[in-house]
Amino acid sequence: MKKYSVFAIAREAMRGHKGWEAQWRSPEPKKEYDVIIVGAGGHGLGTAYYLAKEHGITNIAVLEKGWLGGGNTGRNTTIIRSNYLYDESAGIYDHALKLWDGLSQDLNYNVMYSPRGVMMLAHNIHDVQVFKRHIHANRLNGVDNEWLTPEQAKAYCPPLNIAAHARYPVMGAALQRRGGTARHDAVAWGYARAASARGVDIIQNCEVTGIKRAANGAVTGVETSKGFIGAKKVGVVASGHSSVLMNMAGVRMPLESYPLQALVSEPVKPVVPCVVMSNTVHAYISQSDKGELVIGAGTDQYISYSQTGGLHILEHTLDAICEMFPIFTRMKMLRSWGGIVDVTPDRSPILAKTPVKGLYVNCGWGTGGFKATPGSADVFAHTIARDEPHKINAPFTLERFRTGRLIDEAAAAAVAH
Amino acid sequence: MLLIRCPYCEEERPELEFRNAGEAHVARPADIAAISDEDFEAFFFIRSNPKGIIYERWRHIHGCARFFNAVRDTVSDKFVMTYKAGEPKPKKLPGVAK
Ligand SMILES: Cc1cc2nc3c(=O)[nH]c(=O)nc-3n(C[C@H](O)[C@H](O)[C@H](O)COP(=O)(O)OP(=O)(O)OC[C@H]3O[C@@H](n4cnc5c(N)ncnc54)[C@H](O)[C@@H]3O)c2cc1C
Ligand SMILES: [Zn+2]
Repeated sequence: MKKYSVFAIAREAMRGHKGWEAQWRSPEPKKEYDVIIVGAGGHGLGTAYYLAKEHGITNIAVLEKGWLGGGNTGRNTTIIRSNYLYDESAGIYDHALKLWDGLSQDLNYNVMYSPRGVMMLAHNIHDVQVFKRHIHANRLNGVDNEWLTPEQAKAYCPPLNIAAHARYPVMGAALQRRGGTARHDAVAWGYARAASARGVDIIQNCEVTGIKRAANGAVTGVETSKGFIGAKKVGVVASGHSSVLMNMAGVRMPLESYPLQALVSEPVKPVVPCVVMSNTVHAYISQSDKGELVIGAGTDQYISYSQTGGLHILEHTLDAICEMFPIFTRMKMLRSWGGIVDVTPDRSPILAKTPVKGLYVNCGWGTGGFKATPGSADVFAHTIARDEPHKINAPFTLERFRTGRLIDEAAAAAVAH
Repeated sequence: MLLIRCPYCEEERPELEFRNAGEAHVARPADIAAISDEDFEAFFFIRSNPKGIIYERWRHIHGCARFFNAVRDTVSDKFVMTYKAGEPKPKKLPGVAK
């Protein structure tokens, strides 16, 4: 792998940019690997990268049915924050936030992590109480999160409407200054390039259609559209399709898959300096470096794998955006799209060993797993390499739905990203 | 937006009139306090989440307000049929292979 640097740019500028190499190799699959990761989203590619980097396992294939990063990783609104309610959540989301900080240097790839602050608006007494509770819980866990008055919120994000007569009055806000955004594609590409350089085979257009097990139940490999590929360890990291894959190994999951949509506006000059979220009215907004407003909507109410959602969901979100930011009422929306998110009953992920020997699963990130990408990948690699969870992901088991030890962010996070 | 046929009102109405109510034909155990943790997990948390044909409950909340069941393809989101609550899971599906 040739290192990216200012010198590389200068060198290539002199010779007509003829020397850039492909960012990752595209090999044909081998017959057998030590580890197979199913799903080349950020979490899967990151897992392969940390397996190679931290655990010295390099005989790895990442199998992807479409193109890498084409799942939810490339479809999300890229909000990054760690101010969840529970200790377990603080553990994993803040671990991720710490890794975001050095990720561009680590990968030698600019993932454009921008800690511009994530502001969550409180519109009613309930919101105020819940957010203040979060702020206190976060403080005990060493996670930054602070309370803003409506005036302070407006000072932090000037286009915000805080008028008392507003349809959704702003009664205050919780601000996590270390929160922000990153470039979603770059996260997938950066991990892919760095993993490939360490010997990981990334195989696109290769759909896993079956999980094979020996007589003793242990995993022996996967059936794919490119034939059988052997491995004693298989990690499923397939977001909306995780329950479909786990079913192939006979494991039924506490998951439901819903469409979640987002949209972007025409590009304009910098106007939204931070991320603004409103759980209560289902709207999330930030501005990309290209100038587009990036707006996230809510989920549809029914299970679907269609990667499209209803138009009324987007309209509902835009209604809310226009109330909160009257300045945007005449903006044009350019594109909208949907992803399929895998939602658990307690809205916390599952990152764990499974009842099947050699089968591991990292799923259930639902509407909000982009922010966790580096942390999730790091501890999942640990879980696969050592065949036991890292202490950070130890609570995120599959068994918690039997024992009752839920990590109930459902009330706390609802549809939040 | 989906167009959904309410089997009670006997007409197609826009999705906005309806509320999805999850997987159909999940029977609540008669004596829920007596069942094992495994059975409770299976009843309460585990879902089939199929890619393909799903049997699901809907409620015509802004119409007749009644619950009913539907068969839908989760890849195309097309409804195969809807039927009244309490009716058995249909064995033959109109227009579906297998
Ligand atoms: C519209 C939208 C907005 C969102 N906004 C945010 C946000 O602001 N902040 C946030 O933190 N999170 C957000 N999320 C959630 C976030 O995108 C996901 O939690 C996260 O990206 C999941 O990453 P992943 O790598 O696990 O999954 P993915 O990126 O979906 O990767 C899984 C891959 O598995 C592949 N796959 C599936 N089945 C198979 C098979 N049989 N064989 C081979 N490959 C297979 C898929 O093609 C896919 O590429 C949003 C999601 C959506 C849809
Ligand atoms: Zn009706």
